[in-house]
Amino acid sequence: MSDIISMGETGTHAPGLHGNAIVRNAGHALELDWINEIHVNRSAVERRCATLGGRRSVKKDAQAGWLLKAITCIDLTTLSGDDTAARVRRLCAKARHPVRQDLLEALGVADRQITTGAVCVYHRFVAEAVAALDGTFIPVAAVSTGFPAGLSPHDTKLREIEASVADGASEIDIVVTREHVLTGNWQALYDEMRDFRQACGDAHVKAILATGDLRTLRNVGRASMVCMMAGADFIKTSTGKESANATLPVSLVMLRMIRHFHERTGNIVGFKPAGGISTAKDVLAYQVLMKEELGRRWLEPDLLRFGASSLLSDIERQLEHHVTGRYSAFNRHPMA
Amino acid sequence: MTVANFFDSLDYGPAPESDSNVRAWLAGHDGAFGHFINGRFVAAKQAGTLATIEPATGDKLADTALGTVEDLDDAVKAAAKAQTAWAAMGGKARARHLYALARMVQRHGRLFAVLEALDNGKPIRETRDLDVPLVARHFYHHAGWAELQDSELSGFKPIGVIGQIIPWNFPLLMLAWKVAPALALGNTVVLKPAESTPLTALLFAELAARSGLPAGVLNVVTGDGSTGAALVNHEGVGKIAFTGSTDVGRIIRADTAGSGKSLTLELGGKSPFIVFDDADIESAIEGVVDAIWFNQGQVCCAGSRLLVQESIHDRFIARLKERMDTLRVGHPLDKAIDLGAIIDPTQLERISSLVQKGVEEGAEAYAPAIEIPGNGSFFPPTLLTNVEPASTVAVEEIFGPVMVAMSFRTPDDAVALANNTRYGLAASVWSENISLALDIAPQLKAGVVWVNATNLFDAGVGFGGYRESGFGREGGLEGAYEYLKLKSWESRKPYKSLPAVPAVEATDSFEPMDVDRTAKLYVGGKQVRPDGNYSINIVSPKGKIIGEMGEGNRKDIRNAVEAAHKASSWASASTHLRAQILYYLGENLSARSHEFAARLTAMTGAKKSDAEKEVSASIDRLFTYAAWADKFDGAVHSPPLRGVALAMNEPIGVAGVICPDEAPLLGFVSLVAPLVAMGNRVVAVPSERYGLIAADFYQVLDTSDVPSGVVNIVTGHAMELATTLADHDGVDVVWAFAGADISKMVEARSVGNMKRTFVDNGLATDWLDPAVGEGRHFLRNAVQVKNIWIPYGE
Repeated sequence: MSDIISMGETGTHAPGLHGNAIVRNAGHALELDWINEIHVNRSAVERRCATLGGRRSVKKDAQAGWLLKAITCIDLTTLSGDDTAARVRRLCAKARHPVRQDLLEALGVADRQITTGAVCVYHRFVAEAVAALDGTFIPVAAVSTGFPAGLSPHDTKLREIEASVADGASEIDIVVTREHVLTGNWQALYDEMRDFRQACGDAHVKAILATGDLRTLRNVGRASMVCMMAGADFIKTSTGKESANATLPVSLVMLRMIRHFHERTGNIVGFKPAGGISTAKDVLAYQVLMKEELGRRWLEPDLLRFGASSLLSDIERQLEHHVTGRYSAFNRHPMA
Repeated sequence: MTVANFFDSLDYGPAPESDSNVRAWLAGHDGAFGHFINGRFVAAKQAGTLATIEPATGDKLADTALGTVEDLDDAVKAAAKAQTAWAAMGGKARARHLYALARMVQRHGRLFAVLEALDNGKPIRETRDLDVPLVARHFYHHAGWAELQDSELSGFKPIGVIGQIIPWNFPLLMLAWKVAPALALGNTVVLKPAESTPLTALLFAELAARSGLPAGVLNVVTGDGSTGAALVNHEGVGKIAFTGSTDVGRIIRADTAGSGKSLTLELGGKSPFIVFDDADIESAIEGVVDAIWFNQGQVCCAGSRLLVQESIHDRFIARLKERMDTLRVGHPLDKAIDLGAIIDPTQLERISSLVQKGVEEGAEAYAPAIEIPGNGSFFPPTLLTNVEPASTVAVEEIFGPVMVAMSFRTPDDAVALANNTRYGLAASVWSENISLALDIAPQLKAGVVWVNATNLFDAGVGFGGYRESGFGREGGLEGAYEYLKLKSWESRKPYKSLPAVPAVEATDSFEPMDVDRTAKLYVGGKQVRPDGNYSINIVSPKGKIIGEMGEGNRKDIRNAVEAAHKASSWASASTHLRAQILYYLGENLSARSHEFAARLTAMTGAKKSDAEKEVSASIDRLFTYAAWADKFDGAVHSPPLRGVALAMNEPIGVAGVICPDEAPLLGFVSLVAPLVAMGNRVVAVPSERYGLIAADFYQVLDTSDVPSGVVNIVTGHAMELATTLADHDGVDVVWAFAGADISKMVEARSVGNMKRTFVDNGLATDWLDPAVGEGRHFLRNAVQVKNIWIPYGE
């Protein structure tokens, strides 16, 4: 029953971005009661995460299938001060062909047109990325609103969003003002998020909560709920710049909020863990968590993204190992 | 399924753990095992084998021997022979052996885990991630107690040969819980594993011998219930430690009555899982999964009664059903399942018929439409709603993956429902309000309480039950005491029989002291006439009637127990107040010491100086326990998690006390005072022969602010009154220090509600010697330890 969205026939035709598309989150009026009744027991949450790996093991062919799916959910990201246009073009080339063709053939998935979920860059490189991805369905995501600290003037943030959308970004990863969460100013958080959503227009908006800054799981839960009420299409854990990145406990709390929000409003919100997810093993743990908590439908790229840069290389090595039976090396796979 | 199929479906594929090493081990033994006695496998003395079956498939795993008395004779002889040297080598040397066992378990962790999963049917995840690590932890922890024994437990010595009988639900873990403390403290062991799951015990014994454990220290005799019964009744065994059903526990208690064997029983449960409306509901749902679908619900401390606050009940149940839909049932070696197989078809049938009975009585059963393997013993996770406290399924331990749900209105209601059971093993409380959770935990009649958690275990935190869930603790210091005996009690000798009561010369020999005084019973703070309104003559050594004592009967005991129950607030009275009242008792006894000494002399013929000595010692004893009242504290344990476990010494409840004829005043005070100091309420039966002293004593009680019902005194025929107390299901503990016959009777008849007993087994206690007649040993028997686990973290 946790597959709360009808999938039609199970299994054979997985719905993705281009089929069985979901309706965007329409948002909801700010309900302070929903915020105040959020209880999170950290020890119990950690226990659930610690035992899940033992309860759901994904091995062999299933593992290869899951890892290929994970690739389609990667927001292949570069967010460095030394980024250049050439660097971004290289990233986009990798996004188009994330896995060596011979491996895809050996795995029997050459016809699946496997690309990453998106390419994620700073505003400066949006146009470059859009050009580099011309002819594909790969969206370009821009981090925005004074990323990563989010302390620019509100109006500047809105202009930044509009500029990225104008350059062709179809996804905007915004950062919330942490102060609003830490001071319990839910109205301010709600208003800010609602403005961001509006500025995005047709572009999808991912709300980065910067959970490492929020410190407590209860804060994470409350901020998730407020951002969803204000119309976030995705809620995202981290910028990758905080001292603590995505963790399973933080993710579990966010997923439970997504489920509650759906139960209450019927709206569907996606999830993006980001930062620190660098191994195939990590990504499988997140996929299992998604499947167990929200159901099969949330494993597709329109509801799940991984914000990652080095993750792909590790998945490629695992896939090669699956094909050859020998452990692989990084230098055997084209770099991003 | 191809990679492409999985890419599309994202189903879980098969993730089997290999069993080849286990199969190789079984093949190495030709699939058949004898007993493990004196360091090696030996053939059984009599023909006859028991097949052990893989619950997941119904296939035979191996044949094991059916142990008989002859086999047990050999095992006990080997254990007894080994015990002398094992004890003599000292704690530090034994610590090395325990440490080696811990390392051995870790080195062979996967072999144990896979073998256990095959033999028992539980998921490999549990055996690998829970059972085996806890087993290793148990041996490490008890290596520590061995190391510290000479300094920290110097007043004790090992009991000798221990007979241990363990169940099929945690075969290896229960072995560890039993064997580790027994061996650490210098005992040797004869272990009888469960008929259906003997293999990990045999593997353990084999590898233990290989790791250098001396021959005879650990012996494993396999078999069925008859083997267990023979072990229980074996004369060479000094203690029986049993984990299993309450029914079998009763038989063991009755069989060992009067034998002097020490006994630990860890029995059944019907533990409450309480969810308040301010809980982290999602986490509580996962808690339910861990409570009742851990080990297919075949867990003595399984949270099997779900009590949810009415305001969230419907939402909670709906979400729980959704959660159940994602549970996976499968082969134990599949690494992607939540539940494995039920132990055997008999248990499966029992679970199934209890669920059916529940439905017939009006319950609504929910089981998710998930895949269940076709062959083997499997039962789906099941939730029963619309259940009333009176329903069979709310009362009976199902011992399967079946949760029974009810609702409550208020915290008081939750406590009342939680305690509305014959059992008292564990409880789980879910609330994010720490004030509420910590208010509820002490009110629950359970040996273990988990706050916002469930089924947490650690070697350093005692585990064991209240009520019919058994007695004794496993783990921690309280568990260590269960495998030791007091050195100072070794000097006790059988009672010397007192001279016969002289014949009364004539009715004119009545020689009351001063003004005639009518000795009554003392019940609920009032002097009352005995129900039957008969009196018993108290005769001086010279044959003079020096007074008449009320002859209490079973109704007087009933009334006294009622009064004691009404005085339940004594349990929560401050320890400071209890201390004050005990001091005050001492003070008031002191004021009347001449009168008491004279009475003792008149009744017993004791020399004046001896009588004065007894009165003086009685005053000291009251002061001693007054001193202890606010000092016999619990402990704060640090199990390996972010949190604490509070070990609280709680009063047991209503205590029956049968007092000795020797030292009629001091014996009475020595038994009543520690119980009262710890918050129990007492129904005391004074010396049958010299009971008048108690009539004098209730006047001291009356003037010392002792609340009504805390101490009740019923004089009369000791055996008759003791029998009523031992039988009474409202009495929680009986202390009998009045000879072998009463000891045996009390132990044998305590089985109705599995009350705790503390008896002298016919050995006289030198009450004047504080090393023997007072102190921690009595206090330990006056409390039961409750461990409250409190994981925390924001």
